[in-house]
Amino acid sequence: MIHISQLETRFGTLVLHENLNLNIKKGEIIAIIGDSGSGKSTLLREMIMLDKPSAGSITVLGQDVLNITKSQCLWLRRRTGVMFQQGALFNALTVAENIAVPLYEHTQLSKRLIRKITAFKIALVGLPAHTQDKYPSQLSGGMIKRVAVARALALDPELLFLDEPTAGLDPISALALDELILRLKELLGLTVIMVTHDLDSLWAITDRVAVLADKHIFAVKPIQELTQLNHSWLRDYFQGPRGRAAQPY
Amino acid sequence: MTALFELKSNIVRYTGIWTLDTLDYQVERQLENISLAQKSTIIFDGDAIESMDSAAACLLFSTQKSLEKKGHTVIWQGFSANHTDLLHMIQKYVTPLNTPPVSPNMLEQIGRKTEQYVIQTVDFLAFVGESFWVSLQALVSPRHIRWKAVFSNIYSAGVTALPMISVLAFLMGVMLAYQGGRQLSLYGANIFIVDLVGITFLRELSPLLTAIMIAGRSGSAFTAQIGTMHLTHEIDALRTIGIAPMDLLMLPKLFALIIIMPLLTAFADIMGILGGMLIAYISFDVSISDFLERFPQAISLSHYLIGIGKAPVFAAVIAIVSCYQGFRVTGSADSVGKQVTISVVQSIFLVIIVDASFSILFNGVGL
Repeated sequence: MIHISQLETRFGTLVLHENLNLNIKKGEIIAIIGDSGSGKSTLLREMIMLDKPSAGSITVLGQDVLNITKSQCLWLRRRTGVMFQQGALFNALTVAENIAVPLYEHTQLSKRLIRKITAFKIALVGLPAHTQDKYPSQLSGGMIKRVAVARALALDPELLFLDEPTAGLDPISALALDELILRLKELLGLTVIMVTHDLDSLWAITDRVAVLADKHIFAVKPIQELTQLNHSWLRDYFQGPRGRAAQPY
Repeated sequence: MTALFELKSNIVRYTGIWTLDTLDYQVERQLENISLAQKSTIIFDGDAIESMDSAAACLLFSTQKSLEKKGHTVIWQGFSANHTDLLHMIQKYVTPLNTPPVSPNMLEQIGRKTEQYVIQTVDFLAFVGESFWVSLQALVSPRHIRWKAVFSNIYSAGVTALPMISVLAFLMGVMLAYQGGRQLSLYGANIFIVDLVGITFLRELSPLLTAIMIAGRSGSAFTAQIGTMHLTHEIDALRTIGIAPMDLLMLPKLFALIIIMPLLTAFADIMGILGGMLIAYISFDVSISDFLERFPQAISLSHYLIGIGKAPVFAAVIAIVSCYQGFRVTGSADSVGKQVTISVVQSIFLVIIVDASFSILFNGVGL
């Protein structure tokens, strides 16, 4: 689904990524982990065409996103859903209107059907039906994230990008969101790419974990195998008290 | 690459691609218009559907619903395992749509609006009272005033406004002298330009001009600043630290404007009269020395004092309105924009009303 090769990102003299390679397969949930400031979010933003790398190539769904025409770009955006860390809901619109924005923009469906689709998405992410007329400022953090997922799913994307989906949530909401992501993957056959620091999420739902360290992807492996690797940062990450606490055995 | 279906006897056979890319309202309408003579069983045959997404599944379900409403029975048949899963999922989650709330009738709307305005007015008066009370407290114990904030506001709202106000006041003086001078010169009364420019500027024009400038320039900034701080919970943070937002955000702005407005007005007086003097000299043969000689004879000190005296009142109006609107920001960035607009419009509106009241008042006491 996504091939990144020889990627290089530099801001002035600061080199963020160098010689970075990553392949993501269809239907897997992959998490990108790394130190703060290691460029995880930048990598994500480069995949969704918000930032441009300095060199290298990124291919998403067969499209070379660094040399892309406007119509190809739209085609790609139509097939990807993005959920931002803070939700990035449009504050002036209600929940239902937020989810309907991509539908109005990209399809020619009647208002009635769009309302039905939004109602379905709201139910799908586990929100009660009456939330649809609320404004984002009236919602709790967990609900905002769910609405953001619903909006990302509005167009039935093949690819779902999540930036820190469980950050700032209480354990119950975080667990519920994890389960939601897993269920969506199974139901809709999504490919999910997420940046996360949540060790419980890593254990619970990821198929593979990509470690961004020393400016490149150091390893892409299922999490059980990662814990066996001998790398100082990874050791600190998984063998610290929090890392150990999250391990299921 | 389209979503197709055909109706044969009582079988609806779907073919092609049923996704958001291919669906549009025409397909929806055709599906809605499926009709059969008598109540019967209809078979949805999905054997030939190449791909389907949740939007299409929603559509097929609502088609089923509308057919059932007409008394038909629907049987699903031939859908592939994946599509069946999707349909099951939709069936599980589709919830009955609640009807949109009916809009209230006119009487109710009038009532609600009136209530809103009354509450707003009371709210505003309460804010004015609170500002007054807080200012009094501050004046009683001046060491509690946050002088640093006062001075930074004096700089940002006053000093940096000087170039703009000087240019505008000068040009207003120029315009006034041109227009008035032309009429006066018809009667050979060129020297009265001094009276015209002097009285108009000192008494009315420069306090008003300054107030409008400051309302647009600083009032809007005050509202936006306080509003954004409200959105990001900075004001709540101040409260929890034990700093009263009124003390830190409102009072310094109020004091700063009250201090600088008379100064800016005096400055605008000077620039406006300079403009008038220049035009009187260039176009209407009133020499600078004649102008300066005539000035103290024609214009009594009271005009100047009235003009300067109005300035602090205008300053208070602008500061209180803009801070009040800032505290009223709720919810979103949209709200900031809305309240800034209201703040500028209201402060200019109130300044002009206050100015008119002053005119009536001074006329009454014969000043």
